[in-house]
This record gives sequence, structure tokens and C-alpha cells, in this order.
Amino acid sequence: MIAIIDYGVGNLFSLRSSFAAIGQDAVVTSDIEEIRRADRLILPGVGAFQDAAEKLRASGMDKAVKEETAKGKPLMGVCLGMQMLFERSYEYGEHEGLGLLRGEIRSIAERIPEGLKIPQMGWNALRIVKDSPLLKYTREGEYVYFVHSYSAVNCEESLLAVTEYGADLTACVGCGNVFGCQFHPEKSGEVGLRILKAFCEIGGNA
Amino acid sequence: MITKRIIPCLDVKDGRVVKGVNFQKLGDVASPVELAKYYSENGADELVFYDITASAEGRALFTDILTETARTVFIPLTVGGGINTTDDFDRVLKCGADKVSVNSGAIRDPSLVGKAAKLYGDQCVVLSVDVKRVDGVFRIFAKGGRENTGMEAIEWVRRCVGEGAGEVVVNSMDTDGVKQGFDLELLEKVCDVVKVPVIASGGAGCIEDFITLFKALPGVDAGLAASIFHFGEVAINDLKREMQRNGIPVRI
Repeated sequence: MIAIIDYGVGNLFSLRSSFAAIGQDAVVTSDIEEIRRADRLILPGVGAFQDAAEKLRASGMDKAVKEETAKGKPLMGVCLGMQMLFERSYEYGEHEGLGLLRGEIRSIAERIPEGLKIPQMGWNALRIVKDSPLLKYTREGEYVYFVHSYSAVNCEESLLAVTEYGADLTACVGCGNVFGCQFHPEKSGEVGLRILKAFCEIGGNA
Repeated sequence: MITKRIIPCLDVKDGRVVKGVNFQKLGDVASPVELAKYYSENGADELVFYDITASAEGRALFTDILTETARTVFIPLTVGGGINTTDDFDRVLKCGADKVSVNSGAIRDPSLVGKAAKLYGDQCVVLSVDVKRVDGVFRIFAKGGRENTGMEAIEWVRRCVGEGAGEVVVNSMDTDGVKQGFDLELLEKVCDVVKVPVIASGGAGCIEDFITLFKALPGVDAGLAASIFHFGEVAINDLKREMQRNGIPVRI
């Protein structure tokens, strides 16, 4: 069973539906016991980093996520949820993340040429930089759907795929049992469903 | 490179696609769910559902359809029509919409865009405008294009984006239905004043109209149309192949 962690940010309907579409049982939950029982975890999120990080901490679920991940349970962050896996974010100040992956979150404005729109909104291609079980069904150049103004930097250790938007932006990360997608796999059609399927096949404690 | 988006728009009334749709392959299709599935499997980058129902019963049907669509279609879904309050945002977001488009609702209550952007994020709020030239000035029309508000269009768009609209759908009433191409003059003026994505609507009659649009105005991010897709005059896959041949970045 997959637990989609509900800490009060974002719309989780599509994530749950996309797991159902690939025959996987997923629950949207804010129950710490359910998180502990789940085989794998999804950390979603849209909106502002600080607000989301505070809500996750206030719920106590940050601790559960860290502990379960330390035991080897596969975790995937999506969009802002992926950004929260890193050490810190510089979105309106400096805010602490979960620190499960090395790196930080910076505005894409610092990296892309002027004239490109922010957020990056729409379909962009993946360039795979490292083989990973998460991308075992993904081919170079396949398109996924992005909506973001910030992205992960200094994350070479976990970098799996980038996307070109005036500069190479972090699209997909993974290190050990911790994974993340900056794009929305649940909105990326068949390509996205294949990434979710690959995540579901990644071994846990066993 | 980010790709230009092609977006079919479905008008839904009492749970059915308005006028129905006729594809050679599918025959008559009136179910928005089926049509959404068809489009998502045939090249659409995003879908817009426009609820033109007036009754409460129709509205309930619409949310059922939305839920069913979001269960089976995994591309971005924008919902518009009858969005007047943040409660309306809430209602459609809970059923699986990713973005919510406001038009007359923002004219009636100019604080709606800002309030919704704070609650759900800028990326969720789409400003949709119906624009028509009146004595040489672009004016905003309300109530499905029936009422001239007297507001100057470019200023209105600039103001709403300033309040937090994360995307703008610009529908030209002058070119809509004429099938002679998009309103490049209007679209250029909008692109000049906003930095958020701009979606062109109204006037597409053939593939060439999209090529002209994206070549002339690099600031336009997406093209939206209804009948030319619904009646099979333009197949989205053909359109995208032609865009690619013309060097326009596109998802194939």
C-alpha cells in the first residue's frame, strides 16, 4: 500500500487516481500509523516552501517520514514535495527542508536567461543523466509536465534527469530509497504513469 | 525546450458536450469523459472544460463528470464557467481540476483573482477574457460576450496578472468563429504587458493559423480551439507534426 501524505497542501485527487490507474492501492492520509504501515510513501506539495515545511512539521509527519525512510522505505517527493527532500530552500528567505538529499532550492530566475517566463509551465523533455530504477521505463527525450519557479541545485549526488529551460534544471533525483520529481508525473500522461509504476516496483525493506 | 501547448476546449451543458462532436473514428460523442480520453490519447497537451450550465442540477452533473474525467485522464485540466467565488474554486479543485479559469466572476468581484491566488497559488488561477474592438479600443466583455463592461482590455489583463493570475486566456470576439486566424494584434499587446503564459483563443480555422500564430508571436505559449478539433477539421496530431516541421517546439 502507498501512503500519499496529506499535510494540507495541494490537490491529491489526481495522484491517488493515477496510482489507481496503474493498479496500485494508494491512500491519502495524515495518520502517522498509516504512514508507518505503508510500503512506500509519496510526499506531494504545491505552493510556498515555508508554509508547506511548517505544516509538515506541525503535523509531526516529518519525523515519521524521516524515520520510515531511514528504515529503507521508498519515498518519492513530487513538485514542492521533491524540493522539501533537500537541505534548505531560498524561497523568500532561508528555510530548512527534510535534509534527506544533499542540495538546496533556488529560484530558476537566477539561472535562466531573461525573457523566459517564470514559472516554467508546460511540457518539457527529460534528459537522463544517470540510470535509475525510477526511470527504467522512461526514454530519453520523453515529455513531462512542469509547473515551478524554483529548482534544486548543488545536487549532483542525486541528479537523475534534467530538463532544458534556458539552462539545465533538475527534473528528477534519487539516492538510495529517496526519489523526487520536479514535474507532475500524475499530469504527464502515459510517461508519468510509467514513472509511478517504476517507483512502485522499487524494493523496500526486503 | 518547453513546448507550445495545443488545448481543445469542451463546452459542457447538463453533463453533455454542447452540439456533440463528430469524429470519423468515433461517430457522435457527447460524453465529455470519452472525448477527454480521446483527446488526451491523441496529442492534446491540456484540456479545458467550460461549464455553461445554468441550473443547480446541471452543476452537480458537471462536477460528477469532472471527477470521472480526472480519474481517467492524466493531463492538466482547466475548468471554467460559473466561477464566482473561492467556494467555486474549491468545488472544482476537489473534483480534480488543476487550474480554474475566471472571467465574469473576476469582473463582478475584482478581488476574486487575488483571493484565489493566495489560497491555491498563482499557477491555479487562469484569467480568461473576452475582448472586442469598440471604436478602435480593445474592450472587455462580460457574460459570455453579451455585455460591454467598458473596461480597457490590456489594462484589465495587466491588473489581474498583478493580483496573481498565473495564466491568461485571450479570446478575441472579433476573430472568434470567423476561422481566418488568431487575433495577432490583440495577442501581441497582451504579450507585451504580462510575463505569465498567454493562451490564444478565437479564430483558428486551419493548421496554418497555428503556425502563423507561433511564428509571429513567440510570447504566446498555447493555442486553444474547440470546433475545428471537435468536427475533425484539424487533427491535433497532424497539427503538431506540422508545427514540428516548422521548427516550433512541440510534444509528439
